[in-house]
Amino acid sequence: MLTYLIRRIAIIIPTLFFVSIIIFGLQQLLPGDPALALAGEERDPQVIAFLRHKYHLDEPLPVRYELWLGGVLRGDLGESIRINKPVLDLVLEKLPVTAELAGMAILVALFIGIPAGVISAVKNGTFIDYGANVFALWGLSTPNFWLGFLLILLFSVDLGVLPASGFVPPGEDLGKNLATLVMPAFVLGNAIAAVMMRHTRSAMLQVLSADYVRTARAKGLEERTVVLKHGLRNALIPVVTLGALEFGQLLSGAVLTEQVFTIPGFGKLIVDAVFNRDYAVVQGVVLCTATAYIVLNLCADIAYFLVNPRLRA
Amino acid sequence: MKGIKVAVFAGAMLAASAGIASAETTLKIGLAEDPDILDPTLARTFVGRIVFASLCDKLFDITPDLKIVGQLATGYKWVDDNKGLVITLRTGVQFQDGEPMNAAAVKYSLNRHLTMQGSTRKGEIASVQSIDVVDDHTVKLTLSAPFSPLLAALADRAGMIVSPKAAEALGDKFGTAPVCAGPYKFVERVAQDRIVVAKFDNYWDKGKVHVDKIVFQPIPDNAVRVANLRSGGLDFIERVAPTDLAQIKGDGKLKVTTIGEIGYQGITVNVDNGPQSKNPLGQNARIRQALSLSIDRAALNQAIFNGEYIPGNQWVGPSNPYYAKGLPVPQRDIAKAKALLKEAGVEHPSFTLMVPNNTEAQQVGQIVQSMAAEAGFDIKLQATEFASSLKLATEGQMQAFQIGWSGRVDPDGNIYNFVACGAPLNDGHYCNADVDKELKAARAIDDPAERLKHYTAAAEILLKDLPIIYLYHRQWIYAYNTKVEGFTPYPDGLIRPQGLMLK
Repeated sequence: MLTYLIRRIAIIIPTLFFVSIIIFGLQQLLPGDPALALAGEERDPQVIAFLRHKYHLDEPLPVRYELWLGGVLRGDLGESIRINKPVLDLVLEKLPVTAELAGMAILVALFIGIPAGVISAVKNGTFIDYGANVFALWGLSTPNFWLGFLLILLFSVDLGVLPASGFVPPGEDLGKNLATLVMPAFVLGNAIAAVMMRHTRSAMLQVLSADYVRTARAKGLEERTVVLKHGLRNALIPVVTLGALEFGQLLSGAVLTEQVFTIPGFGKLIVDAVFNRDYAVVQGVVLCTATAYIVLNLCADIAYFLVNPRLRA
Repeated sequence: MKGIKVAVFAGAMLAASAGIASAETTLKIGLAEDPDILDPTLARTFVGRIVFASLCDKLFDITPDLKIVGQLATGYKWVDDNKGLVITLRTGVQFQDGEPMNAAAVKYSLNRHLTMQGSTRKGEIASVQSIDVVDDHTVKLTLSAPFSPLLAALADRAGMIVSPKAAEALGDKFGTAPVCAGPYKFVERVAQDRIVVAKFDNYWDKGKVHVDKIVFQPIPDNAVRVANLRSGGLDFIERVAPTDLAQIKGDGKLKVTTIGEIGYQGITVNVDNGPQSKNPLGQNARIRQALSLSIDRAALNQAIFNGEYIPGNQWVGPSNPYYAKGLPVPQRDIAKAKALLKEAGVEHPSFTLMVPNNTEAQQVGQIVQSMAAEAGFDIKLQATEFASSLKLATEGQMQAFQIGWSGRVDPDGNIYNFVACGAPLNDGHYCNADVDKELKAARAIDDPAERLKHYTAAAEILLKDLPIIYLYHRQWIYAYNTKVEGFTPYPDGLIRPQGLMLK
């Protein structure tokens, strides 16, 4: 396992280097002039020239890439032209918000998706199974922003029990923090729960028809023990992968959900930065989320080892 | 025993009332965008000015009917044939860090606007050659040439006076913790989440400040902003969409206030900016006149904005003192439009109209397209993301561009940079020496009646040449909780906290 880990960690560096080139290069394809976009509506030529010079927008691409990469290696992700704030500060400010939202969404997905998948597999072909499949389809089909609006109208405007938008840090008021994240976490988790339910169901169906499960039943074990201890444990392997991948995707920012609920996370940050051509912010945030995604994949692989004893051999 | 009980009860009541009296009032305002840098010298967005209205007082301010009045200044006088402006400052004013606001601070701030690298204020007060401290509460600005719009510029960000001590300490990071002389002091900012300001106890006009804290929350989506107001998450929202008015007016807990903007929305035509101008619309004023006549501005306003906005045909609105009343908003006249096209020899002109890719702008584009088609126009709509459209417009990669302007108090701010030869916002590269002459003459005098004559003369030419076809002026629509009182709307769209109260 140690050799495997070392090998995986060693691959991270060239992967990130490649990712940095992609991020930097793709941004240059965006139409528009960042200095012009960020100079304000007066479009003062002196301000435009100043911004171009200060942020090296008048340098050739390779020079700009080298300057940016050099900064990244020194821990300097650059500065937001729009609000004059270091990108690293913005990342550290937004990461906990998005991480908490992503974590809560995954929890919602796990609490809904896995039990639904297990029950659906155990009650395969029954009304319960069909109902769970309909729920999965609904979860996959429902647009996040639409569901978000409906929840706001119901719980915030009509019932007045939850705040419509915004974010309160957990350190400031845990109750309000959870209240601000309940709806967005449900919106995000709902869609992932549907996917998890389908994966869990498929994996359980496969596992429950395996010989060792038949043996366990023949030995007279309770059905609950057969399903949860012998079946689910093996069926969890693909679900673990899915969970890690989905968490990584959520970390890159659930753009629409963050816009609807005005959650100041990565998604909102990136969208605004793209529209404002705030290059440094886009580059810094995407690089951070790519790193997080790669690390999470590694964690998923490590989790495999822990969950499946056969892989440890 | 009974006496002790009464005393205990009285004590409890006193403590409770003291608690109630000291309960902090917080006003939560929903903004349509996240402000940019909170530094008056470097700031570039309209929404930032809303926050500045709480943080940073200016030398001058405006009244709701666009008169210029003193704020940090108590008076002014033009001297030296209007090449000098002597400003008398208010005494006893402090910055939020306790430093005195005086002539030295004004000189410092204006020099900062003029000389700081990347200053977006430099162009606004470029006519100022030097600033002299006459005494502790008097400054004299010497101008390179008479420039009457300077007063209006000093009633905006260029007139905001910052604490020299704080500005020296923070340099170009001043925006992270601004210190000015406004009614509220900066507390904290979380990008895209909130800006918090708290009452400044030593504000010079503190009698008008009743709310202890203001929290500005950027919520770009119109529907979400309204939902927050209706749910009580916000107390006040700005830039309400006309289409949301019905649900707000139907809610007994909310109030609406409106005022016409000082800006405009229109279509800028490429008349001489590169090869894309070489088309009938760009080359022939009669075709542009025909386009203008084919648009029913009142119907457009009714269809898209439920009649809430104001049809327009000039760079200032019909109620503006500098509106040329002899040139009213034209009625739609398809017959005349067709006659003009026939006269021009192009009965079915075709062009591409670049339109910002937001719902409202696209609806306007579609209605213009449909109305103009009746006169014979073939308009193709090109929905373009805003940052891309700016580049295309400045490079002349467009034939016509549907774009507006947020507006400036002085009419010069709405016209000069857009139509003067070589001006920075003149995307269509229109150039007419007679128009330049009138606009420059209007800049050099300060008598409003005389200035109106020059603007009227310019309008007579511009409404024939039509390098910009003005369509309408928006209303600033504010919605707020009934517990908010004392709000006065201003045409510049800013939310002034003075007078605001929470019941």
